Amino acid sequence: MIPYEQLISQSLAGLKPSGIRKFFDLLSTMDDVISLTVGQPDFVTPWHIREAAIESLERGHTYYTANAGTTDLRRAIADYLDRRFSLRYDPHHEVVVTVGGSEAIDLALRAVINPGDEVIVPVPSFVCYGPLAAMAGGVPVMLETRPEDGFKLTPERLRAAITPRTKLLVLPFPNNPTGAILTEEELCGIADVLRETNVLVLSDEIYAELTYGRRHTSFASIPGMWERTILVSGFSKAYAMTGWRMGYLAAPEPLAREMLKLHQYAIMCAPTISQFAALEALRNGDDDIAMMREEYDRRRSFLLAGLAELGIDCYPAEGAFYLYPHIGKFGLTSEEFCERLLYEGRCAIVPGTAFGDVGEGYARISYAYSMRHLEEALLRIGNFLKTL
Amino acid sequence: MDDILKILEKDATLTPEALAKMCNRTPEEIRAMIAEWEKQGVILGRRTLVDWERAGEEKARAMIEVKIDHRGAYAYDKLAERIRNYPEVKSLYLMSGTYDFLVVVEGKSLKEVAFFVSDKLSSQEIVTATATHFVMNTYKENHVMFKVPTADERINELL
Ligand SMILES: Cc1ncc(COP(=O)(O)O)c(C=O)c1O
Repeated sequence: MIPYEQLISQSLAGLKPSGIRKFFDLLSTMDDVISLTVGQPDFVTPWHIREAAIESLERGHTYYTANAGTTDLRRAIADYLDRRFSLRYDPHHEVVVTVGGSEAIDLALRAVINPGDEVIVPVPSFVCYGPLAAMAGGVPVMLETRPEDGFKLTPERLRAAITPRTKLLVLPFPNNPTGAILTEEELCGIADVLRETNVLVLSDEIYAELTYGRRHTSFASIPGMWERTILVSGFSKAYAMTGWRMGYLAAPEPLAREMLKLHQYAIMCAPTISQFAALEALRNGDDDIAMMREEYDRRRSFLLAGLAELGIDCYPAEGAFYLYPHIGKFGLTSEEFCERLLYEGRCAIVPGTAFGDVGEGYARISYAYSMRHLEEALLRIGNFLKTL
Repeated sequence: MDDILKILEKDATLTPEALAKMCNRTPEEIRAMIAEWEKQGVILGRRTLVDWERAGEEKARAMIEVKIDHRGAYAYDKLAERIRNYPEVKSLYLMSGTYDFLVVVEGKSLKEVAFFVSDKLSSQEIVTATATHFVMNTYKENHVMFKVPTADERINELL
């Protein structure tokens, strides 16, 4: 018998598997459930983008590309970042095309962390930062964002969390699961705290195109912040391309160079077919984004009004496609509430505790669903609340 | 405002209450807008798209090109008015190009449609020629794919 447990990397064995598995396993065994749990767009990738991928195959583009991605795609990414967010990146040295934003996050963390380095992770947030930082030898420092701040990171709380060992701040806005965004002014406040330090920033702006009412400001566009920022983004959310696994990072050359080195050894290059699709998305996908954004915004308004009618308090989040209502007042823990809603109400939402203890009292509702689906869900939640 | 028209064009089942929540208005406002559009003939109807073949019902549909004699005044509108009154006529368009009208006719059988063409269209005095094309299969109509929708295949991951 091979003693697998002793042979597995200790840091890996020490990572807890995602706590939500149990809930999702339960969900998958039930039918007649209206689910609001999924974290990816309901739209199919726009046809012209799919067509570009098909054409790339027809033309025989089936080889590796340059490690950092095709020149055309990197140029298109640099142009896009300039056009949308007034960011200047050299496509030849400061842009790397990755396998989803996920890979870019992993590269960024591994590229800068030394054993014992602290990584500040505002929570609740996407669940990968802490575990990946830990695997890179870092010490994740979870910094709670508070409902009274609209789940935004504040300069005061950031300042209090920084120590001499702080290497990196993760800036996960627009945020999954809270939908919180940081405005230009709020980013300036964060920047003022960082300016006195050498703390680097991993800005995960994968939801940058999905903000409602105001346009996204990139942290790298705040004066003096470009130099310390690793910008992570991708195609999954903006263009409904989750399955293509297309993301990228942009960073000053001394950082980009090191991340490219890792990428080169671990990945070689992002999938060629997906790169062709991504190029088409950047060149001709603005209207698709606008169409989807409008649709999400209407669903968001619909849900906010619907939840209010049901007496459920919810911060009117301005980004991503999630709402993060407060369910604590119904006298159940998040998990109890969500499990009973699932069993009795036949509606699934994600307990906030899936994002760590800070999520107690909250739940995540995704609105990457059709209006008909959302209407039915609200109806079921309403009926369930009447039984409490 | 146009927003609401666009939304309704895609999904006529949305209630004024739902539309109000989606667009940050009151249901009363939405009702008034819809009533006004109906009055002006901007909103003309609401129907359900049915795949009759899948429902197990036989139907025959044809697109009929119609050419007319251009000598008379008001010929177009007069003829159009006549033709569109027949309940068998599903759609009627005035066309540019090699013929004048495109008439979409639906009936219970090919025969019924063919009879309609000879009895009611070709027989019109100013109609000089018709060409009937029967529809063999519908793949898409009004932006809707004619196929059984696939189930939501998105996985539950904490993304
Ligand atoms: C905040 C955030 N960052 C990054 C990702 C990773 O996306 P991908 O790897 O598909 O680009 C996700 C996916 O859900 C996310 O929510």
